[in-house]
Amino acid sequence: MRRFRTSKGMIGLILVGLAILIAIFAPMLIPAGLSTKMHMAERLHPPSLKHILGTDELGRDLFYRVMLGARTSLEIAVSAVGMSILIGLPLGMIAGYFGGWLDNVLMRIVDALLAFPALLLALTISAVLGPNLRNTIIAIGVAFTPYLARIIRGEALRVAQLPFVEAARAAGTNNLNMLIRHILPNVMPATIVQGTISLAFAILAEAGLSFLGLGTQPPQSSWGLMIQASRNYLDISAWTALVPGTAVALTVLGFNMFGDVLRDILDPRAK
Amino acid sequence: MTDLAVNGNDGAPILAVDGLRVEFRTDAGPVVGVEEVSFAIRPGETVCVVGESGSGKSVTSLSIMRLVEFGGGRIAAGRIGFRRRDGRDIDLADLTPAEMRAVRGSEIGMIFQEPMTALNPVFTIERQLTDGLIAHKGLSAEAARRKALELLQEVRIPEPERRLKQYPHELSGGMRQRVVIAMAMACEPRLLIADEPTTALDVTIQAEILALINRLKRETGMAVLFITHDMAVVAQMADRVVVMYRGNVVETGSVTEIFEAPQQEYTKTLLAAVPKLGEMRGRPAPERMRGFAAPGSKTPQQPEARPARPRELIEVRHLSTRFPVRSGLFRQTTAHIHAVEDVSFTIFAGQTLSLVGESGSGKSTCGRSIMRLTEPSRGEVLLEGSDIARLDSYALRRVRRDMQMVFQDPFASLNPYRRLAAQVAEPILNFGLARGAELEDRVAGLFDRVGLPRSFLRRFPHELSGGQRQRVAIARALALNPKLIIADEAVSALDVSVQAQVLNLMMELQADLGLSFLFISHDMAVVERVSHHVAVMYLGRIVEIGPRMAVFEDPRHPYTRTLLDAVPVADPRVRRSREDRRARTLPSPIFPLGHEPAPSVYEEVGPGHLVIVE
Repeated sequence: MRRFRTSKGMIGLILVGLAILIAIFAPMLIPAGLSTKMHMAERLHPPSLKHILGTDELGRDLFYRVMLGARTSLEIAVSAVGMSILIGLPLGMIAGYFGGWLDNVLMRIVDALLAFPALLLALTISAVLGPNLRNTIIAIGVAFTPYLARIIRGEALRVAQLPFVEAARAAGTNNLNMLIRHILPNVMPATIVQGTISLAFAILAEAGLSFLGLGTQPPQSSWGLMIQASRNYLDISAWTALVPGTAVALTVLGFNMFGDVLRDILDPRAK
Repeated sequence: MTDLAVNGNDGAPILAVDGLRVEFRTDAGPVVGVEEVSFAIRPGETVCVVGESGSGKSVTSLSIMRLVEFGGGRIAAGRIGFRRRDGRDIDLADLTPAEMRAVRGSEIGMIFQEPMTALNPVFTIERQLTDGLIAHKGLSAEAARRKALELLQEVRIPEPERRLKQYPHELSGGMRQRVVIAMAMACEPRLLIADEPTTALDVTIQAEILALINRLKRETGMAVLFITHDMAVVAQMADRVVVMYRGNVVETGSVTEIFEAPQQEYTKTLLAAVPKLGEMRGRPAPERMRGFAAPGSKTPQQPEARPARPRELIEVRHLSTRFPVRSGLFRQTTAHIHAVEDVSFTIFAGQTLSLVGESGSGKSTCGRSIMRLTEPSRGEVLLEGSDIARLDSYALRRVRRDMQMVFQDPFASLNPYRRLAAQVAEPILNFGLARGAELEDRVAGLFDRVGLPRSFLRRFPHELSGGQRQRVAIARALALNPKLIIADEAVSALDVSVQAQVLNLMMELQADLGLSFLFISHDMAVVERVSHHVAVMYLGRIVEIGPRMAVFEDPRHPYTRTLLDAVPVADPRVRRSREDRRARTLPSPIFPLGHEPAPSVYEEVGPGHLVIVE
């Protein structure tokens, strides 16, 4: 825990903590009606005492919307990235460690998935399964898995050739134990780095899906949806994009810093 | 080349380092790399800076080149006086980066340890040589090419015209190091800095490169600063010696003073730790290194009462290992590398057989094939009668309990993410031999056995030094009570004093536990210390095998003689005035598909002493 006592660790911890707290408590503290209530007379108002972050194109209060959007965005991003790690990590480790035909088969499948733009893939999955929160998570999770699997596979391949793996094999370690005891801890740094980067892209992917009507459904709010909605009004009210955009940026920044520190904590050498 | 007069051989030093202090910036504030380093080099003189890892010898050489700044270092104090070609005396520590660039490469040349990485793999040899000439000397492209050709001839590379068009990977290690030297010599430097230039090379190549550097020094009268960890190389090369330890100069003196009347305790220890080839003459059994007895251990002498005929533990018969060379669109096998070819030998219980040979001789592959970490192509490996080469993976796993391996690189052979206790416990857990408190006891016992404090149990590999890590690796190998330990260059990466301790530990374990070792090494002096039997490998075959005394004192095969001859002697009075020969090209072990080399046929020249018949 000492590692968090650096400025980077503290900032990361505060940003991530804040985002999570808001995601959990905002829906309890903010009356449901406030964020969806439309004031046609107060459309696209700049920040004021009444609306501290201004209003959107339908006169809804941006502060409340960004607070409530946190839950949707984080839930989707964290779950989708978690899902891609859950699938991609074992796949990548198995492909990289065993090599041979297994590696070839797995990586050709991954390559085929990579050939589609991630968003297009997510779009297809979401369209087939139907638009709701769970399916959005599955869509983004599946779309991100090949990237992660590719990176983990490369790391596992490298680690599998190190002498300590050979030493363990000579000592009679079976494949399962080899993967868990030796390969897994050594591919964790790459997983964490890629995972935290993916969180940012997941938030934006959700925005893309929502824009096409396949992600979050109005009147529910999400940061992505808010950014998408603001695009028509950028010239007259930039803050409608800035507010959710800043929320995304701060969250992503927090996760990246948090990930860096987490990686250092897991590395016994960095003490 | 320049004659002595131009370089001014009036005895005034070319380089005079005075009170050098280098600091490194770290998160925890400045750390001193070296301090109070002073020495001088005169024209035509070789000064060796010798020390173990972390002694600051490389920091010193990098500071003179002012390259230390690129690694986060800073020259905090001291003067690096350098007399330029035009006779002006300058302080290298004070030069601006632009002025320094004019000196670097032009008046000071540098050779690095790793000839593999000192050359850029995507440029031809010609391009690498001519770049410096065009930049520093303003030669035209044609003149630079002529000069490059001349340089390659100067460093005695065969077929220089053809080499100019080749890329670094097409050359052997020794040839590459010659190119690196040619680059350093391109602008006729007044000072040549050689930082461990032969450490990555085989002994025979090392002997060639040392002779080359000596000849160039004689012919050009340049000063040479030679950085090394190897006392034997120092004895062969140095006029004067600077001994460094932990960033400080411990002792300075002429080479005879240092070797014959060392003043400081550290210098004495360093000298005692160097195994000297030939000092085991007339002694049949291995002996521990003097002065490194672990406290509380038994007398270093081997028990003399041993059975008249020791039991055979493992017998290797006609072992061959080949690797496919794949090429083409469909990656079909187009040839085979014959890494190990028809190798046979026996290891007796409680004894050590050493496999010696240079890189590419197949000695490591041979060890790995016995463990079946690499699959042998044919042949038998009989461990107490059962053929390992034919076991299925289940039976193999059981047999591996009897054979364990210790690897060369103590940094890479331990998992950086696991505690040491867990790594030593792993083999025991794998075979379900113990758990809980019993497991902990056994692991702690193994730590005691290899001389590591129990407080290390909870530590991670990075917290240990190289020697300590190698002890952990040995403890792990001992965990299953094996009968045979294959030690693949197990002490090569260690400093000499640490090497001596680890060797002693291995010999002690052998005496106490009756272990057998297959000791794979390129270091003839170490092999002479530890072995009962020796097998010399060359291009995949054993060319000579027999009891250690027979092979070392009566070598019959020309390659064994070459190998023994090339080992530098750690005594400045027995300098071998080796003539600088042309670089040799090694034959290739790659053969077309279906090629069947003739079987190895041996002639018995003494009891158990076999020499291959060509």
